[in-house]
Amino acid sequence: MKQSSNRAFLSGNAAIARGAWEAGVRFASAYPGTPSTEILEYCGTYNEIDAQWAVNEKTAMETVIGACYGGARSLCAQKHVGLNVAADPFFTVGYTGVNAGLVIVSADDPGMHSSQNEQDNRYYAMMAKIPMFEPANSQEAKDMTKAAMKMSEEYDTPVMLRMTTRTSHSEGIVSLGERETAPDREFVRDMAKYCVLPNNARRLHAKVEERLKKVAEFGNNCEFNRIEAGDTRIGIISSGISYSHAREIFPKASYLKLGLTFPIPTELIKKFAESVETLIVIEENEPFIETAVRVLGIKCIGKNRLPVCGELNPDIIHESLKEFVDKAMPQTTTMPDVEIPVRPPVLCPGCPHRGIFFMLRKLDCTVTGDIGCYSLGAFAPHNAMHTIVCMGASITNSLGIEKAMKDKIHGKLVAVLGESTFMHSGITGLIDTVYNKGRHVTMILDNSITAMTGHQENPASGRTLKGEPAKVLDFAAICHACGVTNVHAVDPFDLKTVEATLKTALADSEPSVIIARRPCFLLKSYKPRVRLVSINRDKCVKCGICWKLGCPAIEVNQQDGKTQINQALCVHCGLCAAVCRPGAITQAKEEA
Amino acid sequence: MTKNILLCGVGGQGTLLASNLLAECAMEAGFDVKKSEIHGMAQRGGSVVSHVRFGERICSPIIRKGECDILLAFEELEALRWTEYLKPGGLVISNAQNILPMSVSAGNARYPQNITETLAKISAEVTSVDAIGKARELGNQKCLNVVLLGVLARHVDEIKPEIWPEMIKKMVPQRLQELNLKAFKTGWELA
Repeated sequence: MKQSSNRAFLSGNAAIARGAWEAGVRFASAYPGTPSTEILEYCGTYNEIDAQWAVNEKTAMETVIGACYGGARSLCAQKHVGLNVAADPFFTVGYTGVNAGLVIVSADDPGMHSSQNEQDNRYYAMMAKIPMFEPANSQEAKDMTKAAMKMSEEYDTPVMLRMTTRTSHSEGIVSLGERETAPDREFVRDMAKYCVLPNNARRLHAKVEERLKKVAEFGNNCEFNRIEAGDTRIGIISSGISYSHAREIFPKASYLKLGLTFPIPTELIKKFAESVETLIVIEENEPFIETAVRVLGIKCIGKNRLPVCGELNPDIIHESLKEFVDKAMPQTTTMPDVEIPVRPPVLCPGCPHRGIFFMLRKLDCTVTGDIGCYSLGAFAPHNAMHTIVCMGASITNSLGIEKAMKDKIHGKLVAVLGESTFMHSGITGLIDTVYNKGRHVTMILDNSITAMTGHQENPASGRTLKGEPAKVLDFAAICHACGVTNVHAVDPFDLKTVEATLKTALADSEPSVIIARRPCFLLKSYKPRVRLVSINRDKCVKCGICWKLGCPAIEVNQQDGKTQINQALCVHCGLCAAVCRPGAITQAKEEA
Repeated sequence: MTKNILLCGVGGQGTLLASNLLAECAMEAGFDVKKSEIHGMAQRGGSVVSHVRFGERICSPIIRKGECDILLAFEELEALRWTEYLKPGGLVISNAQNILPMSVSAGNARYPQNITETLAKISAEVTSVDAIGKARELGNQKCLNVVLLGVLARHVDEIKPEIWPEMIKKMVPQRLQELNLKAFKTGWELA
């Protein structure tokens, strides 16, 4: 942690971890997911916090619920779609309330920088009737984590902290405090509270409604929801990062700055609306606050002008609300009239997934994909993925496709997912496939780490988040236990075996699994034996087969159109030598 | 006074460490600082950008198009990609390095030629430096980011010269300090 005296420059995620530590949190759990991942990584840097990676968001949520019942202040964090996975226990803990405090972080991804949708999870707070804070910057992220923990214990409720990509990943100066020591709370049997049987749940629901009224009263009179008086011609209601952007465009306006956005502070909104001439609600994605304002019968400007899709930024706010802004849009530098090639992320040199996609394409397979680095297999030049829906969906999507297409697809269908995603929610799909007589091939790409989110340990890694040794899951045994008879193991760099195994598996009349195992090339602990790859460019016939690997180290020479190898990037995995038809690219027999 | 500096490059070039150092230096110099970047894809050779803003009070962490004072580009094509953010007359500092995106290396697109000249036509001031060459001379091309930070430091009068090496010492692991201090000095003298 970077620190100078009592201040530090922290990301929103680091600030949440700091806030959790200061608030006396003893236990934290999560499944990695951008933009929330670093929260648990930072939690893990504090000795006093027992931080762990769960196999999915639901198990993480259930574990922190158990921990808070058991008397430890706890926190879990997930990306917005992760809360879909954890929604079941999330709704119920809203009813039971807590013993020690419980803070649940949802990090949404407006703009979908690394997500499949931009759902606005503020509605989850509303639907589960769980109070919600929305920090606007790193300092608030820390302060509100602590406030949420306090509220959780005072009102006997879990509290949600709603972040977005910009608040999670932006950094700012944060003043630091000391750790509060929280005495462990005793866990006493209280059937009416902790067992949500229908009879109890009915009483608990009534309790939730009473609790919300009290929190609403707090929300109308707390430091987190405040009127910042300014020019009364324009009044702005805003929350989260939108507030920070709005301040740049309307520095003199009056603000109702909301930090506790559920339950919505209606009295404060009424008071503020009366004090200003034109009321504007500035928020990202859905009209969450705006709807509440309109329900009060108050007229306002909002999503009739500001976009629902994508992130907001100062430029978009200025452009959308031009006539209320007393300055012109900044003059920009004219972009040169040159075509600028895009630079999307690519599979790294040495990535063990690369050869798999090459082969799936070669065998003209229909591939249901999943969430992870291997999602990049959908892009050119791999073009080897037909569907991507959500974590774990590859296997069950395949099952559904074969139910619909039957003989038209048999012998072609492959579900591809990583080992972390398989553990997250693929195992259930595999059982489903066996039970319901599917026969597609499942490929588990086991690179020993949750890679896309930046290398988090999982049960395939042999290490925990805290770096302690852990048991390694036996994937073949699990697949066998699910009822799969034919479980194959291959080295993804051994293309010949990959091809032969795929052909055998596709021809099988039963479901089969191929486990392609090789560690992520970026793993620091991975020390592959290197046999040097070189090219004899005289032999290159420009057939282009090596370009289909999509390797950043393989380049087309801009003058003669032949292949060249970028030695600064090449890690000598040897795939290009394996596919090169004229034998221009070769790999040494001996190790370097 | 608000200073807006945009750092852009390719995943793996070390833009994030450079932007961290810059932000810490600005904080040390007594400014309010905000920084924004998107993580998640950075390791995978994609286009990466960091917004660094400092001044008396900074609200939004995002630089507006047309309000960037200095564009610090780790790669030439990336300099071109982000020029719209530059204020008219703003400064471009560009590392004279070309990293081909997949579309180009696969032969589906062309890498623009004469980028420095193109940039010179549209912005008042362009400084093209062979930072990658200097980093290699220093024996480790990973210190490219700190060489570029040295070049940048010359153009940021708001932060006193002695702050930079102080923060490098504070933030870089001991075994890499000497290399990075040299890298910074090399960049400083290149400017």
